Amino acid sequence: MTRYLLRRLAHTAFVLWAAFTASFVLLFLLPGDPVATMVLGGGGSAALDGAQVAALRHAYGFDRPVPAQYLDRLLHALHGDFGSSVQSGERVGALIADALPQTAQLTGAALLLALLGGGALALAGAWTRSRRLARLLDAAPALGVSAPTFWTGLMLIQFVSFRLGLFPSVGAAGPAALVLPALTLALPAGAVLARVFTGSLRAALGEPYVTTARAKGATRARVYFGHALRNAAGAPLALLGLLVGELLAGSVVTETVFSRGGLGRVTASAVATQDIPVVQGLVVLGAAVFALANLAVDLAQPLVDPRLLVRTAAPRSVTA
Amino acid sequence: MRSRTVPGACRRALPAVLSVGVLALAACGSPAAGGGGGAGAAGTPRSGGTLTYAVGTDVLCADPQQAGNGDELAAARGLVDSLTAHDPDSGKQVPWLASSWEVGEGARSFTFHLRTGVTFSDGTPLDAQVVKGNFDNVAKLGAHAVQATSYLAGYRGTTVVDPQTVRIDFDQPNAKFLEGTSSPSLGLVATATLAKPAADRCSEGVIGSGPFTLERFTRNQQVVEVPRKDYAWAAANAAHQGPAYLSSLVFKVVPQDGVRSGGLRSGQFDAIGAVGPQDRQPLRAAGYQLLTRAVPGLVYSLNVNVSRPATADPAVRTALRLALDRQQIVDTVLGDGSKAATSVLASTTPGYTDLGPKLAADPAGAARLLDGAGWTKGPDGVRTKDGTRLSLVAVWFGGAGPVQTSLELAQQQLKSVGVELTLRPIAIAQAIATFKAGDYDLIDGQGSNADPDILRTYYNPQGLNVVRLPAGPLQDLLNSQATEADPAARAQQVGKAQQQLVDDGYAIPLYEATGVIGLAPRVHGVSFDAASRPQFHDAWLS
Repeated sequence: MTRYLLRRLAHTAFVLWAAFTASFVLLFLLPGDPVATMVLGGGGSAALDGAQVAALRHAYGFDRPVPAQYLDRLLHALHGDFGSSVQSGERVGALIADALPQTAQLTGAALLLALLGGGALALAGAWTRSRRLARLLDAAPALGVSAPTFWTGLMLIQFVSFRLGLFPSVGAAGPAALVLPALTLALPAGAVLARVFTGSLRAALGEPYVTTARAKGATRARVYFGHALRNAAGAPLALLGLLVGELLAGSVVTETVFSRGGLGRVTASAVATQDIPVVQGLVVLGAAVFALANLAVDLAQPLVDPRLLVRTAAPRSVTA
Repeated sequence: MRSRTVPGACRRALPAVLSVGVLALAACGSPAAGGGGGAGAAGTPRSGGTLTYAVGTDVLCADPQQAGNGDELAAARGLVDSLTAHDPDSGKQVPWLASSWEVGEGARSFTFHLRTGVTFSDGTPLDAQVVKGNFDNVAKLGAHAVQATSYLAGYRGTTVVDPQTVRIDFDQPNAKFLEGTSSPSLGLVATATLAKPAADRCSEGVIGSGPFTLERFTRNQQVVEVPRKDYAWAAANAAHQGPAYLSSLVFKVVPQDGVRSGGLRSGQFDAIGAVGPQDRQPLRAAGYQLLTRAVPGLVYSLNVNVSRPATADPAVRTALRLALDRQQIVDTVLGDGSKAATSVLASTTPGYTDLGPKLAADPAGAARLLDGAGWTKGPDGVRTKDGTRLSLVAVWFGGAGPVQTSLELAQQQLKSVGVELTLRPIAIAQAIATFKAGDYDLIDGQGSNADPDILRTYYNPQGLNVVRLPAGPLQDLLNSQATEADPAARAQQVGKAQQQLVDDGYAIPLYEATGVIGLAPRVHGVSFDAASRPQFHDAWLS
């Protein structure tokens, strides 16, 4: 187990390095540079000539050879130092620490909603005896996946906030402001979960042990919750790691539509202005969250499905 | 982490105000700003109430001296006072923290006599020493305060003449400095703020002498300001001198046009900036007040790269000017409150000259001109001359939005006279590379500034020279206006420069950038400063 963990952590470190390097290469391959954005996009009517622009570029180190810039940034990043934002001059670490709690709240709430909603939908679909309702519940996830987050958000704002006045449309003040954005973000994630869970639940219900349980006189609830549920939970659980990444990416849109602060807004702004230090900090953070979430899921899998542990412990005992 | 672009949203609301003679993008709506005069002046002002104002662009910095875009400047405006104020109605500089001033010969030296009894919100008094500290500090902020620094070109130093008198000297003439002293970019902060690092001033705000103090600032979400009870030194053109009427003023950053207008109609906001063209008529019809005012500075123009083969021909440039129907662009693309350009400068800019008659649409005249110059229509309807096709590339910054839509309409208008226009959007980060390459014929852009010197910034061959103008009489005019201390003489030179830009076809003005603010019926006294940004000192709620 320890060796497994060490190997996984080494994997994670490699993923982080690769993300760092890939983002660096991509940002340097793009035409233009962050200084141009700062000078030209920064404000009213500044009269900076070529020499002043060159001086700025020098001050940020963008005139040094690219490999030297890369090594320098990498060394600092290893110490957790991603430098300062070209746009605002603030430390990247502080910038991210500032935004992280809000996005954690949003994605956490969305994940919870997705789990509850997606799970309930799948269970209801498998439980109901009405064919028509089952078909309806089966089709619902497709709708949830295909509705663009952007559109869902605006519709929720229009009807739930503006028409009904139930929740605020913007900002991040208090739990009430979290409801609509979390719902918006949860919708596609919950839909994917429901889809996968419905499939695995149906498959589990068709297994011989369910027939055995029924034959022994187990109630319907006992069959569903005592036998099938646990066996079917592996697939949606495996998906969770992916969903965490999906939710982080979705926060860019959701936070913009709902005028919330957070990593998504910081990302949108940093990408648009080619704010290299900030983008790199975000990429590495995103990669770390994604890798750790998947690691946590992999470690949790055997708890739900002990067969996995048996397989790892004695791989040879299972023949194809 | 994967990053996705945000469909339809302003990808990072790119600052709608542009700079360095380069083109702003109205893609996400222009900076919040509005029309001259106050709103709903009727009735006696009463105190109290919270006014929530939703703005469209990112508010990342609460320091007026470092603020970049119009919304940042509007949010920081109330925290500080300026030496002078620019009265939007008369167009004149009027006293504020300086009760009087003298401009030295050649606009190299400016002496200000300070108002007495003014204090910063930490209790320290306004005196000549702190004014000197401010200007010395702005010069040092440099890249962090691009806008403020641009007013201090050639800054030599500040001299404390006596505790209430201060003299600012420049190595070179700087006619626009006086205008600069009225902008929030050169608003004065207390000594305690000057001692702080630039980044801290952005995130924690500044201590100023303004009618409001900063209560809370959440980057890119909201700025909460409360009035100073002992405020008594408003600008000479303000409606009242005493403390602000509002009990609090909240700026909320709301990037989506539709969310801002819906929030206004559902009562979540009292005022919204950058009202989208599609929202204006419905808001007005529903009883909301719309304030509009042209943003001073350069209007949206197609600026011509004269170093390219087709556009080197003056007849082509004049034909472009005549072929475009500005009014049609305004009516179909921009909507309520916007106006066709009548010069390269917006009508609210000091020194603006009305060249409206030259900018009337005359497609038949354009066709005749091109025929006469030897540009004949080919089989595909596009004119050619000596093997050169009259096919032009137009670039602009900022992606989709009114700029793109207006260019698409211009494309249709030009097609009818045999000119082919190819549109190519450019990311702002690519700007400098694009200027260097110069592989475009036309560049669409706008620049906000309350001083006509923006003409020099943009069209002087010694600057970035985006439009690749040759040295010539225009350059002399632009340079001499910058050194002219007498406003009347300066206006004359600025007028000539506008005339030449239009006559010679270096710039083809299209339409004015317009600040549009939507206000709930209960909001009164919101007015625009000379830069067409809202000010809230006189605002009150009924």
